[in-house]
Amino acid sequence: MNEEIKIGRHISSQFDQELDEVRSRVLKMGGLVEAQLEKTLVALRDGNSDAVADVAKTDQKVNQLEMDIDEECTQILARRHPAAGDLRLIIATTKSVRDLERMGDEAQRVAGMIEHALDNDIKKKYYKGLLSLGEHVKELLHSTLDTYARMETRSAVKNIRMDKSIDEEYGRVIIKLMDRMKSDPDNISDALDVMWAARSLERIGDHCINICENVIFLVEGRDVRHTEIDDLKEQLS
Amino acid sequence: MNMKITQDISVGSIVHGDQAGSDTNPDSYVTVGSPLMEDPKMRVRSVDVFYAKKQAIFDVNFDIGRNEVVSMIGPSGCGKSTFLRCLNRMNDTIDICKVSGELLLDGEDIYSKQIDVVELRARVGMVFQKPNPFPKSIYENVAYGARIHGLTDNSVQLDELVEQSLIRCGLWDEVKDRLSEPATGLSGGQQQRLCIARAIAVNPEVILMDEPCSALDPIATATVEELISELSKNFTIAIVTHSMQQAARVSQRTAYFHLGKLIEVNDTAQVFTNPTHKLTEEYITGRIG
Repeated sequence: MNEEIKIGRHISSQFDQELDEVRSRVLKMGGLVEAQLEKTLVALRDGNSDAVADVAKTDQKVNQLEMDIDEECTQILARRHPAAGDLRLIIATTKSVRDLERMGDEAQRVAGMIEHALDNDIKKKYYKGLLSLGEHVKELLHSTLDTYARMETRSAVKNIRMDKSIDEEYGRVIIKLMDRMKSDPDNISDALDVMWAARSLERIGDHCINICENVIFLVEGRDVRHTEIDDLKEQLS
Repeated sequence: MNMKITQDISVGSIVHGDQAGSDTNPDSYVTVGSPLMEDPKMRVRSVDVFYAKKQAIFDVNFDIGRNEVVSMIGPSGCGKSTFLRCLNRMNDTIDICKVSGELLLDGEDIYSKQIDVVELRARVGMVFQKPNPFPKSIYENVAYGARIHGLTDNSVQLDELVEQSLIRCGLWDEVKDRLSEPATGLSGGQQQRLCIARAIAVNPEVILMDEPCSALDPIATATVEELISELSKNFTIAIVTHSMQQAARVSQRTAYFHLGKLIEVNDTAQVFTNPTHKLTEEYITGRIG
């Protein structure tokens, strides 16, 4: 089942360079989003306002990279008329770049919420409860970027499973927060904010899965969106 | 022509080599995809072509569907034009060329001794890379074939046939006031459309086109491609092209030839988004040429 895409060189070395450049920019963008998430977790853990500021600053770079990569892909489509695997690479890249940009937005959203909680000890305590979820999402993001870099499908499927665990953990976090709301009705709005933050972390996981599905499309030429994990394994075997 | 004993190859039995072209051994020869079909217009089985001792086409099995546009792509020298010429016996004009195997048009062996090759070439017409109008008037270019084949009874019918052929090729409005002028005075794109009008005037069933747009500018190319799309409603069209974008635009199925072998035939959309054979992928992504 594990299919890798073996990228031979084009006759046009310039085309190779253009594709290499696009891929390396996507990985750079991914690295920045990873850094954003890391800083967000630092802010969650320590209530660190510098970390919060770093997340926002990095988001500007992420947004710029999204536009730059989209522009490069547009140029490649216009000038090179890519086909087959090259075409799928460009399509998968433009979609993945959008997902990365959204991840950056979600990380910034969480960081922004933490910023408003820096002088609220109860809220800070609630946010700390998201650390485990955040760490798992960070692990998933790292693995996803690795999947894109290596362009193979086995780890993409593994990541999709990982996201299921994250969804379950998110469910438990929500239940816990709801219990707290019941037991501490004076601080419901604080708990609600934390729920939104948890939701943002869970959304980052979903965006990772979108990227993994894009990689499967790139390698296999199959559109596996809206496919259950067990059906997916069967389709790819 | 030497006749090989042909096997009754059922639809689809040749195909399905390995999964996902990246693992297909490029040295093995199994035409992958869907080269065969039920009730084809033209049926090709076990066709080999030699130029003297040099083999140019190796064991091709391929069906061309009714009213479909099938494009043939491949690197220079891969045999696609040689194969195209087999379909209306144009290779007969080359002394050292020998064709073996079975080629059927509506179930009839076109290499049979009973076949009138002139009549065959009216049924299976051809348009060439370089527009080649006769050194005659625009009118005569279209009328000539119809006249010698006796397709009309009188001059009124012939006039109507010429007009209809030119209308179908989108040329009528441009030439109706100068039908008696030399065809060589037309632009390249007009000349090529005139050659197509000439071909369809004799009421063919199949039109073979060997790089019909390679000598034309982009606008003339677009016009001819639009014409191909219209003509396919009434004719079967096989087109050899070096332009993969053209193949992607005009055809329903695409056949990839490599060193005389038919490597893959598939729906055009699939060939250009997710080809089955590694060699096809390498060619269309510009990794071999």
